[in-house]
Amino acid sequence: MALIQPAQPEAHEPGGGRRGRKAVRYAVPVAVVGVTAATIGLVPALADSGDPSLPSLTAEQIITKIAASDTQTVDGTVKISTDLGLPSVLSGGSGSSLFGGAVAPPSTGSRDGSRADPQRQFTQLLIGSHTLHVAVDGQDRQKVSIIESAAEYSLIHNGSQVWAYDSASNEAYHATAPAEAGEDRAHPRQAPSDAFPATPQAAAQQVLKAAQGTATITPDGTARVAGRSAYELLIRPQHASATTVDSIRIAVDSKTGVPLKFSLQPKGKGKAAIDIGYTKVSFDKPSASTFSFTPPKGAKVTEGRDTAREQKSPEGMSGLGEPTFIGSGWDTVAVFKAKGALPAAPEKNAKGGAASLLGGFGKQVSGSFGTGTLFHTRLVNVLLTQDGTVYAGAVDQSALTAAASGAAR
Amino acid sequence: MSRAETTAGPGLQDGEQGQPLVGRQDSGRERLPAPPAPRAGRAVWTLGLFGSELLIVFRRVRTLALLAVLAGVPLLVGIAVRIETRDGSSVGGGDGGGPAFLEQISNNGLFLAFASLAATLPFFLPMAIGVVAGDAVAGEASTGTLRYLLVAPAGRTRLLLAKYASVLTFCVAATLVVVLSAVVVGFSLFPVGDVTLLSGNTVSLSDGILRGLLIALLVASSLIGLAALGLFISTLTDSGIGAMAATVGLLITIQIVNNIPQLHALQPYLFPHYWLSFADVMRAPVIWDGIVKNLALQALYAAVFGSAAWARFTTRDITS
Repeated sequence: MALIQPAQPEAHEPGGGRRGRKAVRYAVPVAVVGVTAATIGLVPALADSGDPSLPSLTAEQIITKIAASDTQTVDGTVKISTDLGLPSVLSGGSGSSLFGGAVAPPSTGSRDGSRADPQRQFTQLLIGSHTLHVAVDGQDRQKVSIIESAAEYSLIHNGSQVWAYDSASNEAYHATAPAEAGEDRAHPRQAPSDAFPATPQAAAQQVLKAAQGTATITPDGTARVAGRSAYELLIRPQHASATTVDSIRIAVDSKTGVPLKFSLQPKGKGKAAIDIGYTKVSFDKPSASTFSFTPPKGAKVTEGRDTAREQKSPEGMSGLGEPTFIGSGWDTVAVFKAKGALPAAPEKNAKGGAASLLGGFGKQVSGSFGTGTLFHTRLVNVLLTQDGTVYAGAVDQSALTAAASGAAR
Repeated sequence: MSRAETTAGPGLQDGEQGQPLVGRQDSGRERLPAPPAPRAGRAVWTLGLFGSELLIVFRRVRTLALLAVLAGVPLLVGIAVRIETRDGSSVGGGDGGGPAFLEQISNNGLFLAFASLAATLPFFLPMAIGVVAGDAVAGEASTGTLRYLLVAPAGRTRLLLAKYASVLTFCVAATLVVVLSAVVVGFSLFPVGDVTLLSGNTVSLSDGILRGLLIALLVASSLIGLAALGLFISTLTDSGIGAMAATVGLLITIQIVNNIPQLHALQPYLFPHYWLSFADVMRAPVIWDGIVKNLALQALYAAVFGSAAWARFTTRDITS
């Protein structure tokens, strides 16, 4: 048998020479792995060169800075992570399928509804981690895109036109925003910011409005967010014993006063329940072509319901009436009186499909409201009673059942 | 190392004289001329070695069959979409299932290229690469031609580099076969026009074709890591079939691990994890993060397994 050995000057080498050389050669891949591991471990630590030093400001000054911010143009990437402790099977969109097709989000709406319907798409932001691309050019032109694996869902507001495009299903959604609408209406009703804050700015505005007088707001050092120096505000609920909110932290850009990061920490250990922050941001004007949309040939276009008519009968949407409120401040519990029986109401559903599914997630409680199903998340607790009334609030479970009992009495 | 290796050639130890010098079973190997001078001819040598490796790879019936299968995928997808959308309905009931870009094909033939790449990248393409890479060294060893190859004073490092270069050339060729077949099928079966990006923006067809070329390049580079891995496995064994099976098996295992949500901590380090980042080219603005991560990961795999293959191949005893 021929034996071709690696070339080696055998005469010069002592007995262990060959083995030694072998070890040296194998050390190369090991060294590459080692250097890579060290780089992955060390670079973030080195890049994190401490918090920026900024002239200290009081909480009022920072809030004034936010209010005085006149930044009208934003072009950035937002990362939203929500960890409410909901079962991840509901999320669907988080796992990428093998062939790169975006996984259909759970059908929250009716089966025949358009996949491009904003209400249907933005629900998925409630669970898991998502990347959004946000472009804003004043009040009239905004675009929010949910970046999915090899697909994208875009909501484009340009003047009086509202377009939504779901590239995974090649479906579009069209609605017109009322032309005479004032500043508040410039965000069309379908805009995500109404239902769920998609940007740190929207989240910060909502919280700061709610926090006035009911929470302590203190400056809490500085931070570096998306490569920019930022002041941090810490908001802690006051006069609220039952709330599940422990603290809220908002990072405000030191130059422009734009909130760059928003995170909400529920009571108890664990990571933030809601974390919305820019990973990349620029305050340059996005190019005009960003906001132009023509539905591609062959795309199925669903016309949105008339915005004006919709506002007259909002309960038509979900079967829920306007909420009434129990309590005040952070302990507020919202009460929805359902018009019809909700699927969760323990009705005799032939095979118990929806009812037993929901019952599996929640737990049965009873009080003077009768019996009901309590759904617990890390932030919000929801109680569905027998008669179809819904109590919801960012309060702990006992406070919620107590509020429900008090209301029913 | 190079000096030692240029003298590497004749390491035949015991009598093989009685046995006739068996020609390479692959008819493609051209006997290389003896080098005129060790230094001046080195570049020519390397090129010659690379050229003969390329000929071996592409003259094989197996390689041509693999390329034919790859060319068939766009044809099948195109015909299926064409039949299903004949009555104006959308593909798959419009629920966004199936490979990425599938929904857009019936309105723009160019999307067939993207859909075909998305459909072949998880398994078809890397399996073809795995077969070619796994066969590169082990195949020679199992047919008994490796030692004759080493008799020529080319040096093991350069032989390995030539092998790796030929596998990488196959990566590009395989990707191009998919793209070209898809473009031919797509342009002949479907209308072609302005391209709507994933973000909803519309760009001209020429812009779309440029993006398509970039995507083809990215897909081909996505296979660099697997090619190095296959080459390393190929140096471990003397069985060509064994190396191919091990490479393809490893690919399937890693693809499964990459889709188990509970193992998400591991996934950013698996070579197929960022493969589908090529779709980010179709956004406006293009998101480069995933693409850069993919290329860096492929470079890392190439460095680790390339050097491991080198360490193994230059220090092992070639017994067959």
